[in-house]
Amino acid sequence: MKKIYVLWLRQIKKYLRSRSRLFGALFEPLVFLLVLGYGLGSVFQRAGQGNYFDFLAPGIIGQIIIFNAMFSGTEIIWDRKFGFLKETLVAPISRFSIVIGRTLGAATVATIQGTLVMFLAFLFGFQPTSWFSVIPAIGVMFLVALLFTSLGTMIASLLGDIQGFQSIMNFLVLPLFLLSGALFPLQGIPNALSLIARLDPLAYGVDALRALFTNSGYYGLGLDVVVLGAITLVCLTLSGYFFKKIQV
Amino acid sequence: MINVKNLTKKFGELTAVDNISFEVNDGEIFAFLGPNGAGKTTTINMFTTLLPPTDGTAVINGYDSVRQPEEVRRSFGIVFQDLSLDDDLTAFENMELHGVLYDVPDEVRKTRIEELLRLVDLWDRKDRLVKEFSGGMKRRLEIARVFLHRPKILFLDEPTLGLDPQTRLFLWSNVKELSKTEGVTIFFTTHYMEEAERIAQRIAIIDDGKIVAIGTSDDLKKQTNASTLEDAFLSLTGKTIREESSNTTERKKSGHGPWRHL
Repeated sequence: MKKIYVLWLRQIKKYLRSRSRLFGALFEPLVFLLVLGYGLGSVFQRAGQGNYFDFLAPGIIGQIIIFNAMFSGTEIIWDRKFGFLKETLVAPISRFSIVIGRTLGAATVATIQGTLVMFLAFLFGFQPTSWFSVIPAIGVMFLVALLFTSLGTMIASLLGDIQGFQSIMNFLVLPLFLLSGALFPLQGIPNALSLIARLDPLAYGVDALRALFTNSGYYGLGLDVVVLGAITLVCLTLSGYFFKKIQV
Repeated sequence: MINVKNLTKKFGELTAVDNISFEVNDGEIFAFLGPNGAGKTTTINMFTTLLPPTDGTAVINGYDSVRQPEEVRRSFGIVFQDLSLDDDLTAFENMELHGVLYDVPDEVRKTRIEELLRLVDLWDRKDRLVKEFSGGMKRRLEIARVFLHRPKILFLDEPTLGLDPQTRLFLWSNVKELSKTEGVTIFFTTHYMEEAERIAQRIAIIDDGKIVAIGTSDDLKKQTNASTLEDAFLSLTGKTIREESSNTTERKKSGHGPWRHL
């Protein structure tokens, strides 16, 4: 337990020490939020969908979490390349504990980033129905972060090089984000697209956040959490499995 | 302390370590020499539970490397060929992390870290990030770190590569001292023959995955009628230059690329 804690702490320390990462990563979601939020607001309203900014904010929170969580896999490749991974692999700690430690660490970092975006959204006028929803929303963010960190860990364990990892990430992250309903409502999209969207785990994360913040979920909070939890378990197990197979 | 029987590692078609058997005694300083790509690092990776052998066994401190990896890991410390520190943490944090991973109890951890960091002359810089350190300082920190959990066996894989003479002298005098005072068994690889001759009690030479000679430096010289260990080494392993990719495991795993031309 203490070993998992020090590995978690390592991630947090590294995150807090890299300020450029902290602020750099916030910039893109902020641009999305402000430009799209204000830019498409009137069109959205005229289509009878209500306040676009309130609709968009949970989607952008989902965006920063999936980006941070998935790309945290690069740290494994980095550690492998620069040797630190070996230090943990020869230590008397199971490989699964190593995976848990780093996954919790990276998921915490992604959740902090998501929370920062949430507060930025509040600052620019995002209005949740109830302020009490903030706490369970952070819980949902953590679940989403855990899911995508495990997925990133799994892919990073399978791939040795950073270029390969990044191209797979770009291939995955953008469609996952666009089909999650972060930018537009999933109601009324063509059937084929809607089917794919149903397979997108991020859609359930964004949906859960909407259910909590603005009472406007599509699948329902219960289903969202069950789906997220189940996929997280699968991804975590698989990432543990593939991490065990890493040879240095 | 180390007991190797018929140890073999194959990567697809390629046999990196070919049926080697030898023993290293308790408290001995043992050098493992061989040309690039001869199988030194692969052997160490099997000793340290990083790689499962294809065949044969390696018993470390009485524990089997495959069946009792946890006990084996507690028994040894290793300084890898490449640095294995976290650059974004401080020297102290790197030590602390290692101490927790190896279950060094809280009460002794702090004092032992201080003792060791003073020994390698890094106590003043304990709160500096490792990325600000020079190569020699990083190596010294690794030496301090590896002794933190009081290993019974120390594996050093080309520990002096790229170090200046001062750091090399410092490293070996510390390693020898600790081997004597704490009874640590030392198993090291190097390409500097004078280092092996000066430090090691016994030497094994591996080439093409096989042990071609084993004994004291004098034994090896006598066996080959050579006047220096370097000559003995060349006469045992030939004068052809070996080619080795920078990342052998990667190549070996994927099974393509000219890992070694002989």
